Formats: sequence, structure tokens, C-alpha cells
Amino acid sequence: MTFIRPRRKITQADWAMYMQKRAPLAQDPAIRRFFETPPPSLETPIAEVPMVALDMETTGLDERRHAIVSIGLVPFTLGRIKLAERRYWVVKPPRPLNEASVTFHHITHSEIANAPDLEAIIDPLLEALAGRIVVVHFRHIERPFLDAAIKARRGEGVMFPMIDTMSLEARLHRQKLWARFRRWLGRPPVSIRLDASRRRYGLPSYQGHHALIDAMATAELLQAQIATHYEPSTPLGALWT
Amino acid sequence: MDVELLEIRQHMGQHPPFDRLSDSLLDEIASRVEVSYFKTGSDILTLNDTVSDLCYIRSGAVEVYRRQGDLYNRLGEGDIFGHFSLLRNQKVRFPAKAIEDTLLYFIPKAVFQQLCEEDEDFADFVEVERPRLETAAEQQKKSNDMMVTRIRKLVVRYPVMVEASTTVQQAAQQVSQAQASAVLVLKEGSSNPRYSFKDSEGQTWQVCGILTDSDFRTRVVAEGLSPQTPVGEVVSSRLITVQSDVSIYEAMLTMLRNNVHHLPVLYRQRPMGVVHLSDIIRYETHSGLYLVSNIFHQSSIEGLARLAPDVSASFVRMVQEGANSHMVGSALSTIGRSFSRRLLELAEEKLGPPPVAYCFMVNGSMARNEQSIVTDQDNALILSDDFIPEEHDEYFKALAGFVSDGLDACGYTYCKGDVMATNSQWRQPLRVWKSYFTDWINNPTPERLLHSSIFFDLDSLYGEDLFVEALQDLIAEKAPQSPLFLAAMARNALNRTPPLGFFRTFVMEKDGKHNNSINLKRRGTAPMVDLIRVHALACGSKAQNTFQRLDDIANTQLLATGMSDKLSYAFEFMCMSRIRHQVIDLQEERVPDNNIEPENVADSERHNLKDAFQVLSNAQKFLKFRYPVPSNRAGR
Repeated sequence: MTFIRPRRKITQADWAMYMQKRAPLAQDPAIRRFFETPPPSLETPIAEVPMVALDMETTGLDERRHAIVSIGLVPFTLGRIKLAERRYWVVKPPRPLNEASVTFHHITHSEIANAPDLEAIIDPLLEALAGRIVVVHFRHIERPFLDAAIKARRGEGVMFPMIDTMSLEARLHRQKLWARFRRWLGRPPVSIRLDASRRRYGLPSYQGHHALIDAMATAELLQAQIATHYEPSTPLGALWT
Repeated sequence: MDVELLEIRQHMGQHPPFDRLSDSLLDEIASRVEVSYFKTGSDILTLNDTVSDLCYIRSGAVEVYRRQGDLYNRLGEGDIFGHFSLLRNQKVRFPAKAIEDTLLYFIPKAVFQQLCEEDEDFADFVEVERPRLETAAEQQKKSNDMMVTRIRKLVVRYPVMVEASTTVQQAAQQVSQAQASAVLVLKEGSSNPRYSFKDSEGQTWQVCGILTDSDFRTRVVAEGLSPQTPVGEVVSSRLITVQSDVSIYEAMLTMLRNNVHHLPVLYRQRPMGVVHLSDIIRYETHSGLYLVSNIFHQSSIEGLARLAPDVSASFVRMVQEGANSHMVGSALSTIGRSFSRRLLELAEEKLGPPPVAYCFMVNGSMARNEQSIVTDQDNALILSDDFIPEEHDEYFKALAGFVSDGLDACGYTYCKGDVMATNSQWRQPLRVWKSYFTDWINNPTPERLLHSSIFFDLDSLYGEDLFVEALQDLIAEKAPQSPLFLAAMARNALNRTPPLGFFRTFVMEKDGKHNNSINLKRRGTAPMVDLIRVHALACGSKAQNTFQRLDDIANTQLLATGMSDKLSYAFEFMCMSRIRHQVIDLQEERVPDNNIEPENVADSERHNLKDAFQVLSNAQKFLKFRYPVPSNRAGR
């Protein structure tokens, strides 16, 4: 993943302060409201944390060259994933699509041609995320893309804490002694992709690459990870990044 | 439809009760489910929690318990739970636990209520057992197989065919000789390619018409034509035919549409035979009757034994045509009775007339008119009180032996419990039989009755009917007055219990154990018959058939209102499941048995069977409570 730009690192404890600091500086009312509704503190038990699983499909992996085409999200708690509150948007990227990425997304040209610019959904999107901990599988897509897209349209970006189910999986399978032993034996590393991770918890296989289905799948995965490796009382701070 | 919900609705759409929902309702549910993950061993519903959702298992497995902690059910992918409490607005009555890592879809109460209101099937499914079984029992009446059976099946012989130059008299003679009712008229050549064919000698013929019995009347006699007129001159040029591979139904429509009663059946252009409307009517309604009349035409055991394959064929046909268990049971019993009756006639021919009057009595399923394709013989002889063993028994022993051997040869195997007239204990004069029954009823113990309960299904098959009626009257009079006897019969009726249901490819027992198959007779229909017999005896019913007994019971206060309907549906469903699996066995050329294997049981059938087992299980509990051992004897 060398193409990912190293960026300023915000440590856990800084999140509350960061959000607090950004709020009065924000020019855009939607962004200000977002920063004025901070997520729960890092001591909050995970069982009490309102969360929102987020996934997006992009035309590529670099937020400077590629764009968002769809965003799916579903609010949830450790107990319930509420499909009734799901949101899904297709948006028109400012740059034209290339053929290859279109087939990747299962989104047709006409769907995109008729879609609004991301600008139109920033307000409802931020409203859905406000006050919740965002849960993603592989944070290095969602966070920078969203930041860049909003910055391009409103002149200021948004950064917020996330729980990344992929890095939770990586902690279990990539950083443990057993994982190093496997690597030493020359075994391939355990896959921490969404579907492979889900299979380890007995979760069903979903047809991938739809932003909302992947968001749902991510929410289920987090429930399973916490049921298996953590406790409902585990503090949020132990999970977010 | 939102593509993102496809995963959910596709999964739910495969499982009952959701599989029957309209697409729009299914979409509605999918868009409102809530999802949750449960690790192996974690509690899903805890006793006395408030239930706010219907639970649907997306993956994994769940066990549901009774209040006391007994296993109530084990559920897998696509199963639902929680509806019982939800319907009654109650706290959790049956706690549930994940026994594998499980992903659940919760269907919120409001959606559940909306479903119950808008979809009758759904409401039936989640409501108490009766309506579901009722619907299922009705739906078993599948569409008639006239739609799929081809007309060639009804063609039994070549048509009578004559050349156009033949005189009408000669043609009429040929029709008479062949015992046919129509003749096809042919001429050489192929001017009409649609009807021309080559015979085995390579000559080309074409069918130019058909002359039927009524044509001889209307076209020849009524017209005053000479018997010497060539048929070619009177035959109608209008010819309606069908190809041999059309369905019987289609052939029937062709007849009706064209108002003809005879239909030449062609294979390509070659005539194969002529089907008459009566052949179709016979096929549709009376197949069993032909077998029966055939039985009475046989003059030897060998001849009768040769008809055994026809019995299974007629059984399969009946089931495919949508007969219910009552129809199948009584048809097979009629066939079985016909075999026995014919054997008795043959025995009397061989042994001479009987020295004293007798009645050949049948017991068990044949007496109840509930015979299945897997059956043995249960019979006995009631002799006149004039019977003198030293003088007469030799005759009756030989008679019983002849019939019993004959039945065995025809596929009705010897009774393992030796309930056959060949056993001298069961070849006795009426007064001895009366003393048997009086003794069974007055001095009952469950052990004694275990082997004699089969005699409490009894019917006359041949001979002096009054003898059996006398016994039936005796039972109906004494049994209701004998609580101890009823208690003993009730206890025996509880010896065999139904399983809990199915889980994946296993049969689930109440203790949580798994089995690979289930004997549906032993675990379902037989305990049901036993149970209903006890109630029937208690109310003095003289009926032998289980459904008729239920009707008699329904006229009394013995069971709660609606209970006898419930039992009737449950019994019907279990019988039909057994019958269907026997048909599968026969079609796959296996020896039919009473076992069913869960992998051959469709989802909806599983649910219905489980309900039926539940009805039986509850009815058994009630039986125990309703016929207790009288307290003055209990201490003995």
C-alpha cells in the first residue's frame, strides 16, 4: 500500500480535542454541526456506543486522482443493525468513469449519469455520521476520500475517529506470535479481507462490492469480533483508531 | 427493489412462511429487519424477557427450551422462533440459545403484525397448529395426473382395421369378434400424407375414416343400405385423431371439442389403437375396481399372486391422482379384502361347504379400512356356537391355512404376532370370543392388553357378519363402563411417542439425540390410532375407521372443541407423508417401508410433520390425564 500518502497522525486522546477545536473554526454550517456533535468518549463501553457502518465504492484507490461513486451506511449498536435506517447514494464523479472500474462496481453508466454530485449529499451524510462512531473495513479508503471530497466542495475537510474491522482482524492474525510463526514458516498470511474475515466467524457470504451490502457486512463483522474477542464492556478506546 | 436488500429477501424467500409471500411484502420485511450476531453458547431470548421481534435464523443454529429446561426444538438456517410469545403479547416462554455462531434477522413486531393481517398463509403458519395442517392436508390434493399421463397408456390393443372394399357386414363381424366398438377403414396409397403409413410388408396405406357402433346404426341400417355396401362408401371423411404422446387430458378435450367418443391414437402416422371415452372415465375414477374384478376372476393362488404388482401400481396411481389417505386406505383395504374373500371362496371350493357357520374376521388396519402398501395379515375365525372341535376343527384349520398361505403369496405376509386364524387360540366359537373380550375388559392389565389391543379393531370379512357385530356390541357396551380397562389401554397408547421434529438431515428426539430416519408408523400413525381408539372405546363408538371414530368422538364432550379436527388433520398429514414416501420408494424401485429420511422431506412438509407430532404429543399428555388408573385400584 505504498501509494497511500503518509498523513498527520492523530492519537486517540486527541480526537475529542481535535473535534472541539475544529467546531468553532468551521465555516460550513453542516460541518460545524458535525464537529459540535462529538462521538462518545474513549472510556464508553462498546455496548453503549452508537455506531454507523460506512462503505463507499470509488473509481480507484487514490483520493487525489479517483472519486467516490457510491456511499452506503447503516446505523447500528452492538445489539442491533437497523436496516430500516440504512442510507445509500450513488453520486456522479467529477471526472468521467473509465470502463474497467464500472464493471467493478456493478453500477451502470446511466445510474451515474442521472446521479447528483456528491455536494448534494454532504449534509445528510454528515448528519447520519454525527455523534456516532464510524465503522469501516480498511479505513485508508473511506477517511481520505471523504476528507478530500468534502474539502474540494466546502473548502474544509472532515476527520473523525473510526473503528476499522480490518485492523482488528490484523491485530489478531497479523501481529500475534502465531502469525509471525506462520510467516517464518513461509505460509501465506491469513486473509483479512472482508469476506474471508467474515467466514472465520461463521457469517454468510454476501455478494460483494455494493456499498450498502459491504457496510452491513462490516457491521455484522464487528458484532462478531466483539462477541468473540472482546466484551460488551470493552472501552471504545481499545477499538478505535 | 433495492438491490442491496436482495441478499436478505432472497434468503428469506426460500424458507416458509416467507416463501409464499408476495414480493412487495417480502421487500417490506427485508427493508426493516434488524441484524444481530450471537456467539456459540450465548442467550438469544431469556425467560420472561419482553419479546419485540420475530427471530429468523440467517445462519447458524439455535436451541429453544421449555420453561423447565427441556429441549423444545432445535432450529437451523431459515427457521423462525419467538412467534408464539409475540402473538400472545407475552414475555418469553421458550428461552433460546445459539448452539453455533449465529446471525439472526429480527423482524420487528409491527412488521410481524402487519404480515399476520395482510397475509393469511403467514398468519396460518405462525398461528397454532390446526390451520397450518388443515391447509396442508387440503393442498395435498394435487392436480390430477391426467395432465401428465400420456394417452398411449390407455391403448391396450391394436385397432380393428379393414380395407375400404370390405362390406359393412364383414366389418361389423370383425368388430364383434374383436369385442371392439369401432373399426378403422384403410385404403392403399398415400394421397393424404397425414394419415399414410407403411405396414410391416412395406405396403403404404392411409386411414380414411372410422366406423363406430353408432355409425353402423345411423349410416347403414337407418339409411336402409345393403349389408354388402363397401365400408369405404359409408365412412365419414371427418377423422379426428390424436398423437400417442398427448396427455389424457388433452385427448379428453379433443373428444369433447369434436363431440366424438372414439379417438384413433396415432404414433406418427401409424394407428396404434382406438380410445373410447369410457376408457378415460375408467382411468380417472375406477382403476381400483378393475383390479378388484380381476381378483374375483382368478381361480388359483398363483393367479392371485400374479396380481400383486397391480396392487402397488394402483396404489401409486391413486396417490398421484391426489387421493387422500382415507381414499387410499379404504381402496387398499378393499383390495386386501377381495384377495381374502376370493381365497375363502377357493378354499370352500376345495374343502367343501363348512360344517358349521363361521365368520372370517379381520383385525388391525384392514378392519379400520386403513391398510397401507406395507402390511401383514391379521385375521381370526369366529365359529358358530355349534362348533365341536373334534369334528369340525380340522376343516377350519385347513381353511385358515389355505387363506393364510394364499395371502402370504399375494404379499400380505404372515403376522409376526401370530394373530391369524391358523392359531387355534384365534379360531374359536363365538361364546369363547365373548369370554375373551369380557375378560380383557374386566381384568385388564397393560401387559395383557398389549397383545390383544389389535382385536379392538375388528370387522367381518366373509361369512356370518352377525358374529362380529355381536362382539362389537359387547365392546361398545362394556368398555365405556370400565375405567380400569380404559386406563390400561391409555397406558399402552403412550408406549410410542413422536419425535420432536427435524434438524437439518436428522430426526430430533426429545432428549436432543439425532437419528437418520424415522419410522412414521411406529412414531406417528400407530400411536395416533391407539390414542383415538381409547377415546372411541370410552364413548361407546362402534366405528372402526379412525376418521369415523373421530367423528363419533366429536359428538361427545370427551375432547375440547376443535380437538378432534386437529387430530384428524394431524393424522391425515402423517398418513399422507408415509404414503408419499412409500410411493417414492416404489418409484425408485426400493421395497417400500414405513421409514422416512429427513433429507427427502421438503421444508414445508417438515414444518407440518413437526406440527402433527406436536398435536400427537399434546394429545398423549391429555390421554394420560383423562384416563387415570382408578384410585381404588391404584394402590394394588
